[in-house]
Amino acid sequence: MTVSAPLVSARGISKSFGGVEVLRNVDLDLMPGEVHALLGENGAGKSTFAKILAGVHRPTRGTISLAGKPVEIPSPIAAQRLGITLIHQEPISFPDLSVAENLVIGQVGAKPLGRVRWAELAKEARRLMGLLNVPIDVTVPMRGLSIADQQMVEIARALASDSRLIIMDEPTAALTPKEVETLFKIVRRLRDEGRTIIFISHRLEEVRAICDRVTIFRDGDKIETATTASLTDADIIRRMIGRPVADYLHRGVSHVGEIALSVRNLTLPGRFENISFDIRKGEIVGLGGLVGAGRTDVARAIFGVAPAVSGTIEIDGKKVTIHEPTDAIGLGIALVSEDRAIAGIFRSLSVETNITAAVPKRIAPRGIIRRAVEKALAKQAVDKLSIRLATVRQPIGELSGGNQQKAILARWLLAEPEILILDEPTRGIDIGVKAEFYDMIGELAAGGRAILLISSELPELLALSDRILVMSEGRLTADIARAEASQEAIMHAAVPRSGRTAGEGAAA
Amino acid sequence: MNSPDMNTIKSPVSAAPTPRVIVREAAAPRPRWQVWLIRPEVVTLVLLVVASIVATRLSPFFADLGFILESSTYYIEFAIVALVLTIVIISGEIDLSPAAQMALSACLFGTAFKAGAPIPVAMGVSLLSGLVMGAFNGVLVTVLRLPSIIVTIGTLILYRGLAQVLAGDKSISGFPGWFVGIDYRMVGIVPVPVLVFIAASILLGLFLGITIYGRQIYQIGTSEIAAIHAGIRVRRIKMGLFIASGLTSSIAGLMVASRLGSVRYDLATGGELTMVLIVMLGGTYIFGGRGSILGTFLAAWLLVIIATGMTVANIAINAQLTVMGLLLIVSIIATNAIYARSQR
Amino acid sequence: MSAISRLFRAREAGILVMLVLFVAVVSLIQPRFFSTETLRIVLLAVPLILVAAMGQMMVLVARHVDLSIGSILGFSAIAAGMIFRDHPEWPLYIGFAVGVLSGAALGFVNGLVVTLFKLPSIIVTLGTLSLYRGLLFILSGSKQIDPNDIPEPLIRMAQTSPIDIPWIVIIAFGVAFATWLFLTHSQIGRQIYAIGSNPTAAPLRGIRVMPVTILVFTLSGALAGLAGLIYAARFGYVNPGITGVGFEFTVIAAVVIGGVSINGGVGSVLGTVLGVLLLGSVQVALPILGVSGFWQNAIYGGIILIALVIDRTVRQGGLRGLLARGGA
Repeated sequence: MTVSAPLVSARGISKSFGGVEVLRNVDLDLMPGEVHALLGENGAGKSTFAKILAGVHRPTRGTISLAGKPVEIPSPIAAQRLGITLIHQEPISFPDLSVAENLVIGQVGAKPLGRVRWAELAKEARRLMGLLNVPIDVTVPMRGLSIADQQMVEIARALASDSRLIIMDEPTAALTPKEVETLFKIVRRLRDEGRTIIFISHRLEEVRAICDRVTIFRDGDKIETATTASLTDADIIRRMIGRPVADYLHRGVSHVGEIALSVRNLTLPGRFENISFDIRKGEIVGLGGLVGAGRTDVARAIFGVAPAVSGTIEIDGKKVTIHEPTDAIGLGIALVSEDRAIAGIFRSLSVETNITAAVPKRIAPRGIIRRAVEKALAKQAVDKLSIRLATVRQPIGELSGGNQQKAILARWLLAEPEILILDEPTRGIDIGVKAEFYDMIGELAAGGRAILLISSELPELLALSDRILVMSEGRLTADIARAEASQEAIMHAAVPRSGRTAGEGAAA
Repeated sequence: MNSPDMNTIKSPVSAAPTPRVIVREAAAPRPRWQVWLIRPEVVTLVLLVVASIVATRLSPFFADLGFILESSTYYIEFAIVALVLTIVIISGEIDLSPAAQMALSACLFGTAFKAGAPIPVAMGVSLLSGLVMGAFNGVLVTVLRLPSIIVTIGTLILYRGLAQVLAGDKSISGFPGWFVGIDYRMVGIVPVPVLVFIAASILLGLFLGITIYGRQIYQIGTSEIAAIHAGIRVRRIKMGLFIASGLTSSIAGLMVASRLGSVRYDLATGGELTMVLIVMLGGTYIFGGRGSILGTFLAAWLLVIIATGMTVANIAINAQLTVMGLLLIVSIIATNAIYARSQR
Repeated sequence: MSAISRLFRAREAGILVMLVLFVAVVSLIQPRFFSTETLRIVLLAVPLILVAAMGQMMVLVARHVDLSIGSILGFSAIAAGMIFRDHPEWPLYIGFAVGVLSGAALGFVNGLVVTLFKLPSIIVTLGTLSLYRGLLFILSGSKQIDPNDIPEPLIRMAQTSPIDIPWIVIIAFGVAFATWLFLTHSQIGRQIYAIGSNPTAAPLRGIRVMPVTILVFTLSGALAGLAGLIYAARFGYVNPGITGVGFEFTVIAAVVIGGVSINGGVGSVLGTVLGVLLLGSVQVALPILGVSGFWQNAIYGGIILIALVIDRTVRQGGLRGLLARGGA
């Protein structure tokens, strides 16, 4: 593909969200008939770039040419008209409409009062599904389809609108290896038809398997574009994180004490089954696995947000029952949840209110809030975790993601938990703040707390954990000691071996 | 998405050898005066002052505080329930059934009285019914997890319908003299119902403003999921609010019964509009998490002046519906606009 | 078998069973209920509800509610009635046009306010419920349109037609058929379902949510306006303080019995028709069973709540799912 002209030519693309530049001066050419990987850590800018191409965001500066002609892509619909389709990580669909309708609704060129030709619609839908070789009944409603099947429908939709550029945002996150194989076959065929595919993934082996070229992003800059074959995994990782992984290792050998939390045969049908593990005081136990493996559900069950149906939880050797988070907090458990924006912060309320939310007894011993106590507690926490803000009276929504997350951590530290569950604590946080977080987590463990760390970032798990548990399809599949832990060992245990993954994601 | 005008500076963390590390600092806070000015209660207060001035210019009646207080007794029962409704809406729910609850509890009171129960017993029955009706709403919302906005439309029809079953289309009267005419009992120049309203405003204002429960109600309304995760007993608090709404409605129903000296199934018909209107005029955010008792308190007086003003100006009650409906819509739009400005 | 009919088959079968059971039980208790005369009375009772129910159903499918239809009905009936009274020489269809168009205009305002300011439709239409009622008092000068002002041909529409079924019944079922065509066989119709099914995804898929939503409210208003003329034909008078008061609740009850989900995206014309018939049968059965008419509203309220609980149960996968804790 050396001589052909690029399909997409992006020049000087920059994007700011309210003063923060998340993408700087990116130049990129995408060739017809290539599969092009975008790589980078969370927040590196790869998704933002993809979304600019798909019309979800508009660039602050820069130009995009499509097949040599400069274009504006003001909206997803405009993108679709230009032959660009974005397949979202979590497929968007209309659960009450049939699969066939989901394929065509809102399609370009449909007349508003035009008739819906049900027979032709079903026929066309079956043809598309046949092309993909997936046995989905196109007349059933979308509700009830597994995520994998929904993703197939999304791909079929891209085929239906005959897209020239198909962007897949982590399409394999919820798929079984067999489904991934099917997907790759389809991707290769699309490529051979001369279409361009952008493939966003964290999994290097997948990138190697299917992508012709890779572009690596870091902190909003494009670092490099190269053919996949010319880079080793180590090269790629180094370019993604900008320094060796070993830099994260701040912890010395920890002093592990008594068993703090002991979970036996915890089961919530459809989410997880027979989960058993122990965490000792001073120990950081990592919990790895793919998105949707049930890790978050286990955390939510222990914390009482959605309790398990059967199984037992013991704290310091005593059996306990946890019906709701209040119980868990009373027992010295804290959960920093995965979805900060929804399950963490009170966006429009002040930072101090946010920090003291879990300790009503301390700020209001007799039911009346003591402002002075509250303010003092919040200020201490702000100093201790060096939360950057103007005043504790400020709405927390005005803070950056990393500082919001610090405030949430501060909230739980005030509750003085013995057991701390951290669910993706560094997601969407700048690298600098991340390092601070790693130090804090290490300190907390050194202080004798038991920590369960859920993370999808393998380097993070490897660097911090004393032991790593791995979940796959709702079951615990591995318990790896620090000495034996490696990316390969974790991925080996995380990849499902049987059947399909459950339809439910792990989202809160 | 991140908020606007955040500064971008170099990281002070030296550990990372990366050439460019970005730390997103917090935005500068809004100036204090702006924070104050964009509070919707301030708008309500300004409107109240303007309405008072205009009304006094138009009619000398309005210069007489006694006249205003006397006129207010027609709306004060709704205003009392609106105080509780304010808290319900701040918690992210809504209750459209209080007017129907007023009717049913008042009809129960009347029926019990006709059946020979002494007044205090009949009042007890009425209060108990308020408790039960509120709890029923609460169960449907917190246990069955149905949206309150539609549940309370259902119970509105149900409660009003049961009142109709109970009382038919006849009015029940003949209550003893001491029970009738609460609006004519005065403390100084203040009628008792107005006093009740003022006392309830202070109590609920303190409840919402300085107690931990008030704080948690704002948190629930801001983000229910975050509140659950912070260990706040969301269901229990919401259940309590619906029960409080029922209980307050039955008290308000009894006050209407006393004021009118009779009860009918169509007592307080359309009251849900008036109550929601008072709460919205007071600047409470329809989607929860923001609002205040002070706003509702001011809005109640604003409504009294507007409604009385229209009556003095000889606008028929029926035509006044136009203004009420228009006010409701305009006040939601305005409140939303104000919050949209302050939300960043 | 088309996809859509399959989607709703289960719900409609359930309503049909309920309707049959209800008729059977009432007929057992009071045999004279089971007669062509009853059928006639039911058929005469339903057009008013059916026409407005078609509009309300579309609104619910789009995940909104329209509480103002009772006031719109009253307004349109008054507006048309005033044309009849003040210009008896004008042809009938002018009155019809005024009724339907005024309803459409009021519905348009609802849709505009809801979509432009992104407000909950239930509160907006609670406001316009009052606003429109007030306007109709102003318009009519609080005066009733008397029976002798309603033109004779209009009254006859509620009694006969060339094929011995009253015109209003034909009109109502015609409206239902047209609604079915529109919802299941036009692109916009399908888009209404899409919007209700996933409002955030709809714009991403190129559906223009605002105009479609405004259209839905406008249609709801227009149909409430048409219901206003049916009211005038059937009752022979229009009273500003009575006509259409509380009508919205009857219609919502009928629509939710018909299996239309308050959570949007789900609902069919057939189900709604069955729901209206069931409600009409209940209305007619009450006096025959010797139950006081005062029970009617309580029963409607109860029905709405039961339908809500059933809808929730179906969505949560049975009672166990419904009562399971957690999972916000």
